[in-house]
Order: sequence, then C-alpha cells, then structure tokens
Amino acid sequence: MEKTESQKSSKRTESAFLNFGPSHPSMHGVIRIITELEGERIVGAEVEIGYLHRCFEKACENVGWTQAFPYTDRLNYVSSLLNNVGWAMTAEKLFGVTVPERCQYLRVIVSEISRIVDHLTCIAAAAMELGALTVFLYFMKAREFLYDLIEMLTGARITVSYVRIGGVKADFPPGFEEKLRRALKEIEKIIVEVDKLLTRNRIFIDRTKGIGVLDQQRTIAYGITGPLLRAVGVPYDVRKDKPYLVYDRFDFEIPIADGGDSYSRYLVRMEEMRQSVKIIEQALENIPPGAIAVDLSGREMTGADMVETGKQGKVRDYVGAKAKVDLTLDGTDSHGASNVRLVEHREMTLPSREECYGNIEGLIANFMLVMDNWGIKPPKGEAYHAVEAANGELGFYVVSDGTGKPMRARCRGPCFFPMATLHEMLIGDMVADIIPAFGSINMIAGELDR
Amino acid sequence: MLGELILKTIIIVVVVNTVLAFGGFLTWVERKQSAVMQDRIGANRASILGLRLWGLFHILSDGIKMFAKEEFIPRTDHRKLFLVAPFIAWFFALMGFAVIPFSNTLHVAGYELSLQIANPQIGILFAFAMMGMTIYGLVLGGWASNNNYALLGAMRGAAQMISYEIALAAAVVGPLIVYHTLNMQEIVLWQAKLWGGWLPLWGIVVQPLAFFLFITAGAAGTKRVPFDLPEGESEIIGFNLEYSSMRFGAFMFTDFVEKILVSCLAVTVFLGGWQVPFLTENGFVFRGETLLALSPLVIWLIQPAAFFLKVCVVIYVLMLVRWTLPRFRYDQLMHLGWKIMLPLAFANIVITGFVLLVLKA
Repeated sequence: MEKTESQKSSKRTESAFLNFGPSHPSMHGVIRIITELEGERIVGAEVEIGYLHRCFEKACENVGWTQAFPYTDRLNYVSSLLNNVGWAMTAEKLFGVTVPERCQYLRVIVSEISRIVDHLTCIAAAAMELGALTVFLYFMKAREFLYDLIEMLTGARITVSYVRIGGVKADFPPGFEEKLRRALKEIEKIIVEVDKLLTRNRIFIDRTKGIGVLDQQRTIAYGITGPLLRAVGVPYDVRKDKPYLVYDRFDFEIPIADGGDSYSRYLVRMEEMRQSVKIIEQALENIPPGAIAVDLSGREMTGADMVETGKQGKVRDYVGAKAKVDLTLDGTDSHGASNVRLVEHREMTLPSREECYGNIEGLIANFMLVMDNWGIKPPKGEAYHAVEAANGELGFYVVSDGTGKPMRARCRGPCFFPMATLHEMLIGDMVADIIPAFGSINMIAGELDR
Repeated sequence: MLGELILKTIIIVVVVNTVLAFGGFLTWVERKQSAVMQDRIGANRASILGLRLWGLFHILSDGIKMFAKEEFIPRTDHRKLFLVAPFIAWFFALMGFAVIPFSNTLHVAGYELSLQIANPQIGILFAFAMMGMTIYGLVLGGWASNNNYALLGAMRGAAQMISYEIALAAAVVGPLIVYHTLNMQEIVLWQAKLWGGWLPLWGIVVQPLAFFLFITAGAAGTKRVPFDLPEGESEIIGFNLEYSSMRFGAFMFTDFVEKILVSCLAVTVFLGGWQVPFLTENGFVFRGETLLALSPLVIWLIQPAAFFLKVCVVIYVLMLVRWTLPRFRYDQLMHLGWKIMLPLAFANIVITGFVLLVLKA
C-alpha cells in the first residue's frame, strides 16, 4: 500500500480500524467490510463475503431439473423471474427444445418486469442510505404495482417459480394486460418524479459523482457486466449482443454513460427502466395467441392443459427422446396385462388419471415416472446459456450425464464480479462514500454467495 | 418580590411545559407530514378505548415505550458521563428558551406581565451560548460510549456544530447591526415598523440573505437532514448508537427541542417575533385607519398565538427539506459551512454596515 500523507510526515500516526457489518444497516446483514481509516478517509479495505452461502450449485445437483427452480428464485430474490428464465433456457438448450412464441413473449415480459423491479429496488435503497427516504418510498410504491402484477400472474410475490422447462406455468389471467399497461404508466410517472428529485440534485450529485470509480480497463478485466459495464461506456448487453427469446424483435436501446462512478450507474439504471417499459409495451402489442408451453410429445399445448398435465407430472417428453423403460413396466406379457389399456408412448408420458387409478399397471407407470430420478432426463452433454439479468450477465452452465439430475450446475452470478472490486473502489474515499459505492453495485447476497 | 417570584415560576412552568408538549407533538407531526409526502398513512394505530385521533396517542405510547424498554449500558470507563450526557444536551436545549420573548409586555396592577422568562440585554448571545452547549451532551455521549462509530459520530457532531454555530452567529450580526440591540424584546419591537405604510419591516425583509443563511445553519446546527451527519444512520449509525431506553429518547427529544429553539430564534430575529402585521396597541390599524379595535388583553393573547403560528411555519419548512434531500458528506458539509456560508455571512455584515452608513449620511 502506498504511504499516505500522514505516514510520510515525521509525526507518527496510526490508522484506525473500523468494522462494517455484517450487522450494519447498510451492509444488508450479509457483507463485512473491514476498513482502515485515517480520520474519515479509507486507506485500506477488505471485503468479506459468504454470509449467505446456501450451496446453490450443489443443491441443484441433488434435485431434478425442475426442482431446481425454487432454488433459482433465491439467487437474486428481487428479480427471481429472470433467474427462472435463465435456468429454464439453459435446460432447454440441453434438450434442444424451442418454446412456443407466446411463451417467449411471456418470458420477455416477465423478465423486463423483473428488471424494472430490480432497478427500482437498487436506486431506492441507495437513495435511502444517502438519506433520501422519500425517494425510497416512491420507488417502493412503484415496485408494489409490479409485485401485485407478479402475484396476479404467478401466485407468489418473491419466490415465484413461474417458468418451467419448456414453457411457463400460466398464461395472463383476465385483465392482466390492462393492469400492466396502467402500472407502467404510473411507474413512468414515478420515474419522472424521482428524476426530478435526484438527477439534478446538487447534494445527490456531490455524493455520487466520482465515488466508487472503476475505470473501463479494470471493469472489463474483472469481467463485470450489466449497468456497471455500461456505466464505463461499453454497450454490452446480452439482449443485444447475443439475442435470446424474441429480444431481436423489439426496438430498444442500451443506455451507456461514462465516468464509471455511482452517478453514471444511477443514470444507466434509470434509463434502462424506461427502455424496459418500452420493451414491455411492444411485447404487449405483438404477443401472439397460442400455447404457452411445449407438450410432452413436443406438441404445443394451451395453458389450461399445461396446468392439468403438470399436476399429473407429465414432464418427460420435451425432447421426444426415448427414456429408459423400467423392467417393471416391460412385462406386458404378464398375467392380466391384456386388460391394461396402455397409452401410446407409455415410457414417455404418464398414463391418464383413469388408467392411473383404474389398474395397477397404470399406477405403477405413473409412480415410476414421477419418482425421483425418473422425471425429465436430458441427453448427455453440457450447455451454457446466459440471460441479461438486472445486474448483468446471469449465466448457467450445466453438465448432464443423462440422469434426472444435473451432474454439474454452475451459476455465474453477475454481482459477484463487482463485489470483487469493491475494495479498489473504496480506497481514497471517505467512510460515508462506502454507502453510494456499495449501493451502486446492487449487491444481492442471494446471487453473490449462492 | 414574592409576587414576582410566583409570577416568574408560573411563566417558567408554562414555557417549559409548552415546549416539551410541543416537542412531543412534533414527533407526531414529523411522522404524519412525512407520511403525506411519501403517499403513506403514517402512525395511526395507537388507540385508547378505540379512539384513535389520527394517531395522536402515539406520542403517549412512544413515551411509555421509551420508559418501559430495557436500558442497556455498555461497559465503559465513563459510566457517569454516559448516564448524564443525554440530559446535558436536553438541559441546555431547554435553557435556550429562557430568553425567547413569546409575547409583548403587559402592565397589569403594577406587574410587568410578559411570556418571557428573562430579558437580559445580551439575550440573543445567551440563546446562542445555550445552543452551543448542547454539543457537550453529544460529544460526551459519543466519547463515553466506548464505540468507534459513536466516537466518529460525536466527532462529526462537534466539528459540524462549531462550524455552523459560527455561520449562524455571523448570519445574525447583519440584522443585529440594523436593530442596534441584543435584547430579544427590543429586536421584536423594532420589527413593528411598516415600510411604505404596508410592508412589515421584519428581519426577513431587511436581511433576506441573512435569513436563509440562518435557516440553513440552523438546520445544520440541529442535525437535520441534509446535515444529519452525527447520526447518519446508514453509515456510522450515530453518536447515540449505544443508548437505549429513555436516554436514547432524551437525545431524540433534544433534537426536537433544539428544532423548536432554532425556529423560535428565526421567528424572533427575522419574522417579527410576536408581531402581527398592522396590529398596534389599539387593534388593527391600516394607514392610520382603525379597522378593528381590540382590548389590550385580547391583543396580548393574539401575540403568542402569532408567534406559535410562525414557529409552526418555520418547522414545516424544515421538515419539507428533511424529507426531500439526501444527506451531505462530511467534507462537503465543511466546505459548505466554511467556504460558502461563512464568507456570505461576512459579506452580508460588510454590505449591511456600508448601506447603513450611506443611509445615515
């Protein structure tokens, strides 16, 4: 470490150590920063993470492909829909399945809703920690509109588990689109309000401009993506650079700023919310009718059927590949088997309810298919798929050995990378600058520690 | 002599209790006003027998809560200081009210009846001195807490108070040159003048710049957002970090009392004190024409009401600011205090003196 002014002078002074967190109001209870202070200036910082480590990857490797969805909800718990989409698309890439168009639009809409929710939360929390409590509550109000909509659509507010491999859980409920359009109007108004309160606010600019600076070179070197990368003027966005779903059909822009400080990150996030509103509006205009999930046999199916078959656990036949047939089911020549009315592809699809409850063979078939390790089985192979989450590139890398569980699952949590640079951002700033610098990273511990 | 003693005691009791009650009321106002600004409902749950009164009982429930909570005292070498610090702040904040003139003097049966505890010739200096003393409670509390955060908060508090007390005092020098007195009652009496026969010649009219400097420095002196650095709950949690129960309550309450004190000073020096425009000792008079004749007693009663109203307006403005702006950073605060406000205040003094000299000539 370079010697500071007071260290160079003949008078010997000692720097003080101040521990921030994990039990500190702005460390969210999950981060610890040990700072070395000279007066109020930070001369050294050590960031400790891992307080919310839940073995996400190992947990996913121990449950089936569909059962991992609730775990992904808890990655970035503010925008859990985005994580759902990421996981589902990675699994689908492994299967080689393309989901129906309506489903793709639905996924885009929920993704963008989540992005807005995430940015609202980030800016609100950062502003609150700077003392602007009113901004916080304005944005919480805006977020509430969206959480209400998410609840309407998925039945849950935070841990939604809405997306399925091969589709989504449910179509828009009646009146949803109208309500969404109204909510977007409201949110745009609130964004304008907050824009007036903060963007040209002298105090806010003083507090955030030039704080938490990371230059372009370092940002790229650390592999940082998302608003932090765009805030140093690199227009990288997975939605544009490697379009997935139907993002290439929409007219939207990737906002960039230069400066790489808290203020430019704030500006980027504000503009991204406006762009997301634009995307949702276009998607609502163009969303085609049709199925929201692929059928078990690769056919397209409607939402109502999807729910019905989902209850039956018919989750196997997304690829159309034949799964192993258990010996128990193989004995069709056994006594009484002629009485059994088997479905056409009994090894892939579940028997109907009548068959399941009507005879023992059907029941066994049902049981074997819904049992552990007999659910969805992708072919052997590996896949990486990234979506643009609110904090940057959220990637999942999975390896399948052909069984019902991922052999290896790996998550690239976007806010891990900026957190690795936090100590660099802090040195030279003052104690109070920890707040805007840390706030602009939008650290969500669920995603950071996994 | 005895009569005067009883009279003064009564006035002291009235003033202190009014201030304390108003301070308690302000906790409710702050909650409700922020709720209105933030599209919330605000505190409305406390009720007595189902009667809610817009949440007014929260004042009571807060008080009971503060007393009933467990008090935690950290292991510290300065236990006595720790225990006494909140009340030092509280005491000096209340002392400031001794010189605030809440009404005119009424001569009844040989007694001089005035809602002012004491009227020394150096009234305003006394108020500033008491305001400056409140910092002792803060610093002692932060020091005795044996906690780095609290110490940082106390250090910030001390530095901030000193910087802004200077700006505060310098801002008042301009008006004082104009009034030619330090006596609080005389300051108010000066402001009875009308300019051009219709504009009340209040301090804010004579010294607009000084008024804004005073309000800003006053907000800083009372640790209000955007100057609430000694607390800064999201960064260093504050000098009162280790306090709990009623000692914490005393610190919080001191804030409200100080806020009232600053508002009272602002009203006295800049907003005409208890003066009501066009209200003379004969009633409302406009351009020599009596619009409404009033008895001296009624007038004497209107005056404290006007004072109270003006204090409410100032506090309302301070609260609006509090719920609108983010917080400064420590060095920015110092920059504002020493490099912007202090030079402006000095410039104001020089200009005032110059203008007065020219007018005299």
